[in-house]
Amino acid sequence: MAVTIAKEKWTSKVSEMVLGTEPNTVKVGGESTLPFLHFEGEIPNRPITALEVWDLEPTDWPDILKKPFEGVLNDPVAWAKKNVEYGADVVALRLMSAHPDYKNATPDECAATAKAVADAVNVPLIVIGCGVEDKDAEVLEKVGEALNGKNCLIGCATEKNYKTITATAMVNGHSIIASSPLDINLAKQLNILVTEMNLAANRIAIDPLVGALGYGIEYAYSIMERARLGALMGDKMLAMPVICFVGQEAWKAKEAKSPDDENPEWGAQERRAILWEVITATTFAQAGGSIFVLRHPESVKEVKKHIDKMMESNAY
Amino acid sequence: MGLTGLEIFKQLPKTNCKDCGQPTCLAFAMQLASGKASLDQCPHISDAAREALDSASAPPVALVKIGKGEKELQLGNETVLFRHDKRFEHPTGIAIAVNDTDAVSDKVQQINKLVFDRVGQVHNVNLVAVVNSSGDAGKFADAVKTAQDNTDFPLVLVSEDPAAMEKALEIAGANNPLICGANASNLEAMVELAKKYDAPLVIKGANLEELASLVEKSGYKKLILDSGAREVNKVLADQTQIRRQALKRFRPFGYPTITFADNPDPIQAVVDAGVYIAKYAGIVVMYTDNPADILPLITLRLNIYTDPQKPIAVESKLYEVGNPGPDSPVFVTTNFSLTYFCVQGDVEAGRIDAYILPVDTDGISVLTGWAAGKFTPEKITEMVNNCGIADKVSHRKLIIPGGVAVLSGKLQELSGWEVLVGPRESAGIPSFIKQRWSA
Repeated sequence: MAVTIAKEKWTSKVSEMVLGTEPNTVKVGGESTLPFLHFEGEIPNRPITALEVWDLEPTDWPDILKKPFEGVLNDPVAWAKKNVEYGADVVALRLMSAHPDYKNATPDECAATAKAVADAVNVPLIVIGCGVEDKDAEVLEKVGEALNGKNCLIGCATEKNYKTITATAMVNGHSIIASSPLDINLAKQLNILVTEMNLAANRIAIDPLVGALGYGIEYAYSIMERARLGALMGDKMLAMPVICFVGQEAWKAKEAKSPDDENPEWGAQERRAILWEVITATTFAQAGGSIFVLRHPESVKEVKKHIDKMMESNAY
Repeated sequence: MGLTGLEIFKQLPKTNCKDCGQPTCLAFAMQLASGKASLDQCPHISDAAREALDSASAPPVALVKIGKGEKELQLGNETVLFRHDKRFEHPTGIAIAVNDTDAVSDKVQQINKLVFDRVGQVHNVNLVAVVNSSGDAGKFADAVKTAQDNTDFPLVLVSEDPAAMEKALEIAGANNPLICGANASNLEAMVELAKKYDAPLVIKGANLEELASLVEKSGYKKLILDSGAREVNKVLADQTQIRRQALKRFRPFGYPTITFADNPDPIQAVVDAGVYIAKYAGIVVMYTDNPADILPLITLRLNIYTDPQKPIAVESKLYEVGNPGPDSPVFVTTNFSLTYFCVQGDVEAGRIDAYILPVDTDGISVLTGWAAGKFTPEKITEMVNNCGIADKVSHRKLIIPGGVAVLSGKLQELSGWEVLVGPRESAGIPSFIKQRWSA
């Protein structure tokens, strides 16, 4: 019996973002269909993985997360190199030392670290501040300057600090992460504000502030699906690639942190924790996530293996 | 989606006999169109008209039931492609496979233990799939018997050999198991068996076209569809096609589906199953009973199948994080589950021993709750007075979300507790406690 394959006729596509410099650029976005529906449209770039590097030793990471980075946890340059060895497509440097609760490091100190990391690896760099909005604006201004021309992805820019960060990105040739809390209208609004400052739309990545598996993953999932549908139907202010900070959320989950003996009915911690991070990422990949910021090297390996398979054609 | 009153009217006898209780056939048609009446109320309708109307008013994905009693699994009745369009109705059934060459009793006991508690709710797998991997009909029947004796979960009987299936059904047929199943070479025999026991049947095609043909040919209505694809990229495409076509009323695809997470790489098998849960699978068959593999999938299913139009709430009661004592801080928030989980997660992340009081706001968030008059000093005071927190701590201090700082004066007055205004975002809790807390 003849079955007519149902194909949607989308009119537009996700914008394509280029990170890094030749010959080591990485591209994301550009899809003209829903995730992995090769039978319907083009998927020119695969979703990518990033591994986090901190500029100070994390205190609250569980042992299974620290183990793969033994000996480099207090050396961001060595840690970043290790991430590249582990197969991360890009390195995500988190400038936690800037946080007033930690070292309250100065913008110049942070910029020096960022520069050292950028010079040590040949993959593109994501640089994230400490999450305190005012401080991030100050820090990223200096970081942006120090990394001039390296075409990094910097953030997170929020409604409160986007002006400084956008200006830095424009002057020094970077792209920015625009963060808004789990609301598609706020995401769109922030993208409009940023583009009104004349930063090109394909230099913005949307961060919808995702939740992990079991902790509100469905909210970000639906926002991503709606954003992708919007993008395909021609809404340029929702057509940005989506970045998902999966590691920071997944490793907060009790199911990832609880050791083997605490909840024996949950199975072994290592396998459970890594699956928690991997499934959070691969579920967002189905909704339209493009950049997955992860923490465990095993997760990078598994997410990449899955994406390799999903990038194989399923055209009829 | 449904028919209009006039379209229905054309199929009715037009005798205005009033036997349905309505004054005219047109009035009855209007009631039908709005779902207020059922076709059964008309005793005179012709079979042809009934079939035409039934199929037009039937849901795009038929409802199919597996098993009996308390653990009966219902699948189908789906109406959307995206959960945000309305909601996904029936959560993917998780089946765990047992080979008839395994120690069936041990394996089934293990499967029975795949039960997880999440904020007071119990979640579990749904089906035991007994696989005729021996190829031997007697062994298969024995395994089915052992499985049935050791579990309350409904069974999926997996064999393409009608002779083996017949033996297995002699044992399990009365309990409405899923027959898995029919294909191009055994279709007639399997459909006969399904009809004999009135049980649901999986039909597997080599591809979508063959699947559609076999469904038509079967003439059976209690079906579960298998497009034959096993690689995750292709399963995604087929699942998407089947759901899209069902919604377009292509009748052969108007049934729930079954998928098999049989990837030889054990981690990737779990990842593939996650894709199937998100993307329309009625059933996913797993070849692992490791709780570390199943917990993430059960959690994902719970999340994806949450009704987006209905905020999910946690029970409004006193919660403890870590090992709180008389000097531990007390956080007030709302019982919207996401809000509660954010607060709980960040309190935990900061390694703070604390009490959390999620006030019952009908499951809405802090600012929405405040705006809607559901997160008020009165309600907070009521909870503080009734939950027993006063006996747990020796101090009298409440920490409220920064977004509702405006409540603090009134709350202090009503409750008699000192009110500290916490951070606006829960992520700020660890540093807030570090800087501001002393009992």
